[in-house]
Amino acid sequence: MEHFFGFAMPGIPYGCAYAIVAVGLVLTFQATGVFNFAFGAQAYAAAFVFTYLTQIRQWSGFPAFVVSVVVMSPLIGLVCDRVLFRRIGNSNTTAKLVISLSLLVGIPSLLPVIFGAQNLDATATIFPFFNPNVVYFYVFQQPVSGSYLATVTVTVVVLIALTALLRYTNLGLQMRGAVESRRLVQLDGVNSGGVVALAWAISSFMAGLAGVLLAPIYGAFQSDTYATLMVAAIAAAAWGLLRSIPIATGVAVLIGVVSTILQGYLPTDSILYSAVLPSLPFFVLVAALLFLPGMRSLDLNRDPLATIDPPPPPTAAASRAPSMDRIIRRAWWIFFAAFVVSMLTWMPKTWEGVFNSGLALSTVLLSITLITGMAGQLSLCQATLAGVGAFTSAQLAHHLGLNMLLGGLVGAVLASAVAVVLALLSLRLRGLGLALMTLAAALLFDNTFFNDASITGGASGLSLQAKWLGTSAFFNFNGHALFLLSLGVLAVCVVIVLQVRKGTVGRNLAAMRGSETAAAGLGINLTWQRIVVFALAGAIAGIGGVLVTIGQQVANSAQWNYSFSLIFIVLVVTTGVATVEGAIQAGIGFFVTSQLLTYLPARFGGSSLVIVLFAFGAVQYAKHPEGILEFQKRQGNQRFERLFFPKEYYTLHPTELAPGTSG
Amino acid sequence: MAEPALLSLRGVSKSFGGIHAVHDISFEVRAGESIGLVGPNGAGKTTLFNCVCGQLRNDEGEILFDGAPLVGVPTFKRARLGIGRTYQKVEVFTDMSVRDHLMVAERSRRGEGRLWKDLLNMSTVTKEESDNVDVTLELVGISRLAETSVNALGLGNCRLVELARALAAEPKILLADEPSSGLDIHETAEVAAVLRTVQRERGTAILLVEHDLSMVGEVVDRTVVMDLGSMLCEGTFDEVMANPEVRHAYLGQMGVS
Repeated sequence: MEHFFGFAMPGIPYGCAYAIVAVGLVLTFQATGVFNFAFGAQAYAAAFVFTYLTQIRQWSGFPAFVVSVVVMSPLIGLVCDRVLFRRIGNSNTTAKLVISLSLLVGIPSLLPVIFGAQNLDATATIFPFFNPNVVYFYVFQQPVSGSYLATVTVTVVVLIALTALLRYTNLGLQMRGAVESRRLVQLDGVNSGGVVALAWAISSFMAGLAGVLLAPIYGAFQSDTYATLMVAAIAAAAWGLLRSIPIATGVAVLIGVVSTILQGYLPTDSILYSAVLPSLPFFVLVAALLFLPGMRSLDLNRDPLATIDPPPPPTAAASRAPSMDRIIRRAWWIFFAAFVVSMLTWMPKTWEGVFNSGLALSTVLLSITLITGMAGQLSLCQATLAGVGAFTSAQLAHHLGLNMLLGGLVGAVLASAVAVVLALLSLRLRGLGLALMTLAAALLFDNTFFNDASITGGASGLSLQAKWLGTSAFFNFNGHALFLLSLGVLAVCVVIVLQVRKGTVGRNLAAMRGSETAAAGLGINLTWQRIVVFALAGAIAGIGGVLVTIGQQVANSAQWNYSFSLIFIVLVVTTGVATVEGAIQAGIGFFVTSQLLTYLPARFGGSSLVIVLFAFGAVQYAKHPEGILEFQKRQGNQRFERLFFPKEYYTLHPTELAPGTSG
Repeated sequence: MAEPALLSLRGVSKSFGGIHAVHDISFEVRAGESIGLVGPNGAGKTTLFNCVCGQLRNDEGEILFDGAPLVGVPTFKRARLGIGRTYQKVEVFTDMSVRDHLMVAERSRRGEGRLWKDLLNMSTVTKEESDNVDVTLELVGISRLAETSVNALGLGNCRLVELARALAAEPKILLADEPSSGLDIHETAEVAAVLRTVQRERGTAILLVEHDLSMVGEVVDRTVVMDLGSMLCEGTFDEVMANPEVRHAYLGQMGVS
């Protein structure tokens, strides 16, 4: 028994840190209706700044704590609220999730742009009254150090204060009212904007607090570590249905404790230790998503005033005059022909590689057009599915000598099968629930299959050999074989997506996106439609993954890390998730921008800056849900039409009235 | 011999926690018949509709359609059997044109929707499908809105689109949930006329939930009255309106006196 408690004891501070983040998630969701994926990034940012100030700038702990946690963290929350989330208070779940994902991706990338690349170690504890290096006493023969005491004490104080705030104060009552409808509580004379802003400030303060508390416990300083923290916290918050602080706290502490107990009992050389143990938080999250009915209706819009919102604008292609449409189509064909001719004749080798990578990535991104643009669901594991395709193809070539292009088809089928399993597991989940399930799947793959050297070839990956492709032509950019292959595959995938969109399945998906209740009431089998779209998107992602791998000449698990799934969403949303050209522009735009940034001095952040740029584009989703490029195209169309067409040619779309408003 | 019931409800009950939203409801609807389901707010009418459509599972009792029990039959299969519906809170497909709304219903009625047909370009709209859609648009009187996005329509027109979409699926029975809610007096008269035409010309049975009692009196053959989840009475419209219990349910003590 002493062993048991001895193993359990070290888990408590981990659990406490998970609990702070979990409770912060609950608070933000309760007060604002936003599931803040960026919480982990905010925690990382606070810890980064705190460590930077103490280690690089040689500040003492207290002023660094005040700047990073007391001032900066709430300020980030207030800016998020004022600039972003306030504008989408009544938008759908996808809009809110996309913006928080953009922050999750953008904030860690922004830090090196601002502070430069820093090599920081784990920081000291923030509380001078608990020395982290001093063991104060022993419990079950386990040392209780200063950082242990600091974490537990802070957690207890914060949780008690927050519970009291939400349960027993007028402010807490107003926060609970504001989540239903900011506009409605305003009609009761409540300054709902102020209430929600305060909630953002408090929850962001908690994120910062969790960040600096965790830094010395983790002993290493990486943003990925904070992602694991997020999953444990999300799992705990999910078991509390994003409502109950005590349940979220209890589950968070339990995850921490069970992890260290298993660590103590499991043999270190077993598969359970290496694969299942790190995946424990994901299993807890998946179990919550599968077995808690409350998780299926988390993101229902309960705002009685929701119908006064204007509808989203039409796509640029749908809103232009027919004559204009013809001109633009012709211009696109001319542009396309010029691009192909350029690639085959004078394009420098470097830039041919850039465009080839862009075409391959565009294929992966088309899968997001299908799932998010057409079916209205958010999948956070498309990079994982691409990785499944890539590794299957590479392994078949490596072990069986199967040509990678043929193996790519097998990989696409396997990626499709994985996507179908995910679709089946998440049949009853929508919006946030589905996003969490797919994120859990992505992280699970990262910790298991993609972490297995026999599958992925370890840290260096599986280097492709020309014989695996039957020819060395694909490795030689001057021969243009890879360009023609990438273009051909992308063209086939584009045709597939367009055919689906204009066909019956596309109409059914659009109907589902509009109203699942009415779609089912017409006889549309929602389950089947969802399986079809997941399967197709999985296959396209898998094929795209193979293309990317051929282009990079190596299959590496770092290419298909969960964070790429998030980045992919951010990319497509920036350019336009509803259109095929949005995916192509995102894919090519990402690599072209990255290449252009290499001409800038390294102090501007290098590759981080491209992610920041796209993340900034994606946060524009608040203002332009159709995508910033789509918005610009529509504006351009209108200007062009006004200049060159008589007034009767304008296609006016009366969008003043939303469904549900009288008129 | 009496015509067999198209829809038969036998002792249907549904509770939410401790609240009996629907309690022991039994009545039948025959093919081509029009039944009004009336009662004050909270009577359980929409809950009963949800049980019939499969959006809610009834706790007790049995629902039969065409003589076959519907237990375990999911919503989309009930729709394919011939149960059509409009909704109290309007449910349209955002971003879609009115014509596309009806095309979704038309394709669904035909059991179309195979991916391979889309991929092989075999799912373009046929003339027959287009004609069927035009007929329904004409019937409901919204042909002029065919190419308009529902985003641009007001509540009244959205209700008409919902009605047209339900009719395009050619249901055997139409469950119309407050179709006149939010409509002006002329639009209400148009909806009543459409419902009568559909019943007369297509032989569609209608189960109508409506607060506008004059519209109910105009459209239905029989009326079922519910209050607080239970069935108060059943009969012709005039009979039930003369019933003191019904007057009490609607008007309280003032109704009885």
